[in-house]
Amino acid sequence: MRITFTIQRFDPEKDAAPHFEGYELELPPESRVLDGLVHIKTYLDGSLAFRKSCAHGICGSDAMLIDGEERLACKTILRDLGAADGSSIRIEPLKGLPVQRDLMVDQERFFSAYRSVRPYLINDEPAGPRERKQSQAEREAIDDPTKCILCASCYSACPVIREKNPAFIGPAAVLNAARFVFDSRDRGTADRLPSLDRPDGVWACENKFRCTQVCPRGIKVTKSINLTKRKIESLRK
Amino acid sequence: MEFYQFHPTGIAGMGILITEAVRGEGGILKNRRGEAFMEEYAPKLRDLAPRDLISKAILSELKRGNGMRGDRQIDDYVLLDATGLGKQVVEEKIPDIAEFCRVYLKIDPVTQPIPVQPTAHYGMGGVPTDHNGRVLRGEGKGTYAGLYAAGECACVSVHGANRLGTNSLVDLVVFGRRAGRHIAEYAANADLGHLPSGSDSYARDKIARLKTGKGAHGGAIRETLQKTMMEKVGIIRTGEEIRAAIGTVEDLRDQYREARVQDGNSAFNTDLLELLELENLLDLAFVTAHAALRREESRGGHTRDDFPERDDARWLRHSLAKLTEGAPEFSYKDVDTSLFAPKPRVY
Repeated sequence: MRITFTIQRFDPEKDAAPHFEGYELELPPESRVLDGLVHIKTYLDGSLAFRKSCAHGICGSDAMLIDGEERLACKTILRDLGAADGSSIRIEPLKGLPVQRDLMVDQERFFSAYRSVRPYLINDEPAGPRERKQSQAEREAIDDPTKCILCASCYSACPVIREKNPAFIGPAAVLNAARFVFDSRDRGTADRLPSLDRPDGVWACENKFRCTQVCPRGIKVTKSINLTKRKIESLRK
Repeated sequence: MEFYQFHPTGIAGMGILITEAVRGEGGILKNRRGEAFMEEYAPKLRDLAPRDLISKAILSELKRGNGMRGDRQIDDYVLLDATGLGKQVVEEKIPDIAEFCRVYLKIDPVTQPIPVQPTAHYGMGGVPTDHNGRVLRGEGKGTYAGLYAAGECACVSVHGANRLGTNSLVDLVVFGRRAGRHIAEYAANADLGHLPSGSDSYARDKIARLKTGKGAHGGAIRETLQKTMMEKVGIIRTGEEIRAAIGTVEDLRDQYREARVQDGNSAFNTDLLELLELENLLDLAFVTAHAALRREESRGGHTRDDFPERDDARWLRHSLAKLTEGAPEFSYKDVDTSLFAPKPRVY
């Protein structure tokens, strides 16, 4: 089918402000949005800049705004967007992060917030001869947050970051803290509190649920944030 | 480099991996007649036979006209039937696979079989290293100081001609760790060395040439390369096909000399990055095809239809390739069989 990709372009070396450019393509309706972007780059305009890697929703590189909503380009099928012959799709970079070029954003703010919660196993106790064992139920407690691919869709969608508190560490950072706070093998919750238990930490969240709505992995992000809030409250008692 | 593993079950037309766990839980490969064809190719292990064997079996089915389209083409496909697993097993054990099926194929694996075909997966060969990740100079010549390789790009020679599933972890967590430790030790004591002036000119000249090239964009070259290598240096090869592939790759390498970066920008220039990667792909494809042409036998991830038997007398050895100008030069290295001697493969 015929389809137009309307893409936000920005070249920091030439442009004062972003503008939109349209590309007309012929694509099967079952194509991914990423297929269209790759086609444009290969055959129409090699200067179009975007990130991609695995192309099937595992690496988290190609999150962007597709028709105004945070989505992975590799996991968004044209037909699922309701695209029909002659229709148009609008593609923009993620919000809340500075645009480097075209669809690429500077992820530093997102990843420094992520690093601030120490998203790794902290446990100085000797591990024993083989491994730190975990029951099935203990593993299930962290199953949801382990699915995060750090695509930053939730960060972009969060109304708190955009409208109220740009310093909020964001949904993904809290989620990845929860990944370890609720891990039966971890002993590092106290180390994570300086980042979590402050106005820019978990308490900035206002339960708007946009993170959960846009998560391309279907993670109940807001639920993990609330569980983390309750955990911190229980530690105070 | 001639040993390349094809995973038997990628989503047809996309290559997205459908993990072995689906067959581990009871999924069965079927042809257009609904036959569980692995019973014929591997009577004992059937759908749990090694990857190369299943990939070859699928290809044989396609060539017999037993693929789902039945047109005997290499891009035909078969079905992976997981409908016997039940909803609970699918949702609990293979949730990602179920999601791939729903997003990309619009099918539910609980009730519908998955269209699959073999997909290029893992290079057994690579940069030869020792057990600390140091790159070897060549037979008996020691290592290059400060040059390390680890992961899929390296070849420590633990996999032989055919890696077993999950054993890439050995390359990553064992040899990656050893290389990292060795690098830390080396870097703590090494000086920065002295680069001769103009050391950067090779890379600068190359980039300047790509930015002023007169030919086409590199994208079409990449597509032709992929198609050629899959069809002619793929799962089952013949000397005639490989020779044809070498001719095509030579043409593509010529075209590359004229290829052009459209993006003149200096920041985040992924167009340039991809074109530089394309040059590496062309070189690797060229070396792989030449190595496959020379190895007149079938072993592990390398199957020659015109030389179907393993020939230990001539070919129980590593191919070492060196690419400068023209065709790659080959030398050979003996295989250490002190721990595991090669045996006939019966499944």
